[in-house]
Amino acid sequence: MSSGRGFWPSVRPAFTLYLPVTPFVFFALFPLYFMLVTSLKKNAELYDVNAAPFLIRKGVTFGHYALLSTDTLFWTWFVNSLLVSVGATVISVVIGVLAAYPLARLRFPGATSFGVAIFITYLVPPSLLFLPLASVVNRLGLSDSLWALVVTYPTFLVPFCTWLLMGYFRTVPKEIEECAMLDGCNRVQTLWRILLPVAVPGVICAGLFAFTLSWNEFLYALVFVSPAELKTMTVGVFSELIRGDIYYWGGLMAGACIGSLPIVIAYVFFLDYYVTGLTAGAVK
Amino acid sequence: MAKVGAAPEEARRRGLFDALAGDTPVAYALVAPAFFLLLFLVAYPFVLSLWFSLSDARVGDTGTFVGLENFRRLLGSGIFLQTLQNSIVFTAAALSLKTVFGMALALLLFRIVRFKKIIRGAVLLPFIVPTALSTLVWWWMFEPLYSVVNWTLKSLHVVQRDIPWLPDPYLAMFTVVLVNTWRGLPFFAITILAGLVAIPREMYEAAECDGARAAGRFWYITVPLLKPVLAVVILFSAIFTLADFNIVYILTKGGPINMTHLFATYSFVLGLQSGQIGQGAAVSLFLFPILLVVVFFQLQMVRRATTYE
Repeated sequence: MSSGRGFWPSVRPAFTLYLPVTPFVFFALFPLYFMLVTSLKKNAELYDVNAAPFLIRKGVTFGHYALLSTDTLFWTWFVNSLLVSVGATVISVVIGVLAAYPLARLRFPGATSFGVAIFITYLVPPSLLFLPLASVVNRLGLSDSLWALVVTYPTFLVPFCTWLLMGYFRTVPKEIEECAMLDGCNRVQTLWRILLPVAVPGVICAGLFAFTLSWNEFLYALVFVSPAELKTMTVGVFSELIRGDIYYWGGLMAGACIGSLPIVIAYVFFLDYYVTGLTAGAVK
Repeated sequence: MAKVGAAPEEARRRGLFDALAGDTPVAYALVAPAFFLLLFLVAYPFVLSLWFSLSDARVGDTGTFVGLENFRRLLGSGIFLQTLQNSIVFTAAALSLKTVFGMALALLLFRIVRFKKIIRGAVLLPFIVPTALSTLVWWWMFEPLYSVVNWTLKSLHVVQRDIPWLPDPYLAMFTVVLVNTWRGLPFFAITILAGLVAIPREMYEAAECDGARAAGRFWYITVPLLKPVLAVVILFSAIFTLADFNIVYILTKGGPINMTHLFATYSFVLGLQSGQIGQGAAVSLFLFPILLVVVFFQLQMVRRATTYE
């Protein structure tokens, strides 16, 4: 065999796969890299029109991060986001598990229509309903409190969790449940003791996605809550750090970095769950 | 219906019937929290939104019935017609870019073996980072004075002067489409990839035996078998692209001169900033017909998928 034939197949992927995928990876990562670089650059270099913007030449500074902690309510927004996201996630996953089980397993009048209703609400974008919801939140006496968000986020989280978990529950063999029922478990006990432990990956996936969607939410948080000290991360960084025409880009990017960090960490550890959740949403 | 000890077959069915009868209350109890949540916080607001759109409601005032007056005024308003046009341009452009490049990326990811996990992870990242925060960095990248994009183009001598990305109406539309594509591309790529993985390998082997070339295999196997997944992804993304708020609100606030307003941002301006809730609700309701169309097609596809099973 000639050595040329062995050589080409071994380097071919470099040209046909890895070279073409490079621009995609660059496109995806550059803004995030630039976010980090900007947040670590001294102002003198940041606002030097001639300096190469990609690099840090005059030393790294954590000044923007320090300023963010001392001069703004940044950590208050961070805690607010955490409280709202955890609250909304727990509520939505619980409601989702409860609703997904009968929809996946039991026959009852109205099951199909309710399944369709869940599916439709899953497709309703928040920007369709924010005006009337603001008025509902107002009448419930919840406006300008974090409860407004804990109560309204489940409107888009519950349909997602239910839809995802229905798919998961259907993959569990019915025989396991039947055995449990022969042993005298009722429906709720089988759900709690048999089905849920098997469906743990689905529940984790639903929880991760619900948390991510709540953490990233912007419109409801912008509309329903106005006092600065009650804002969530996404709204706080945007609306409180930009004052008039003066932009503190270093601080703004520092805020964006820390604000993205919890999600990025969760993502690194649970990548496979994210991929499952992402595709389950559309394919199942 | 089934009386105990009636006809013998009914007695035989009693086991099944009892099981069903016993399950129904349990099912309703389990579904109840989700049902009431959707009733009070989705269905009721939707009805309220219909009422608002037919009334002259303002902030702190329920308003009176005015019929289709809001819609009549909108269709006669230049800003609204501009918003309508922007929405079509924005959605069509972003969807086409995401479909073409998402497909290309999925085909690459499908064949990549080494560093598979790192590359997939990197490419997916824009989708999970909070849009409100990542859009800020795009804003900084297109900032008039310090834009890294302009710096690069000038350094490479592609252009001589700064390009006014956000102050120019057409370039501003280009920019919001670009950012939407950046954020949405991973969703397309990963979902199409899942569709590719599901295509049986035997199909390709058989085609190869019959002498089909790579292009032929792509057009006659990959594309037709990918059609359902593509349709779902495009329909799904159509709603959320059309309903986009974050990117436009943060980058341009709908400007310059309303040239990037979408339904969501214009409805925000009308309903909350100038307090005309009736008009604002009417604008956001324009999202509803598209929602209905998408729901209709999606449900048809779900039904077809279940009958094949």
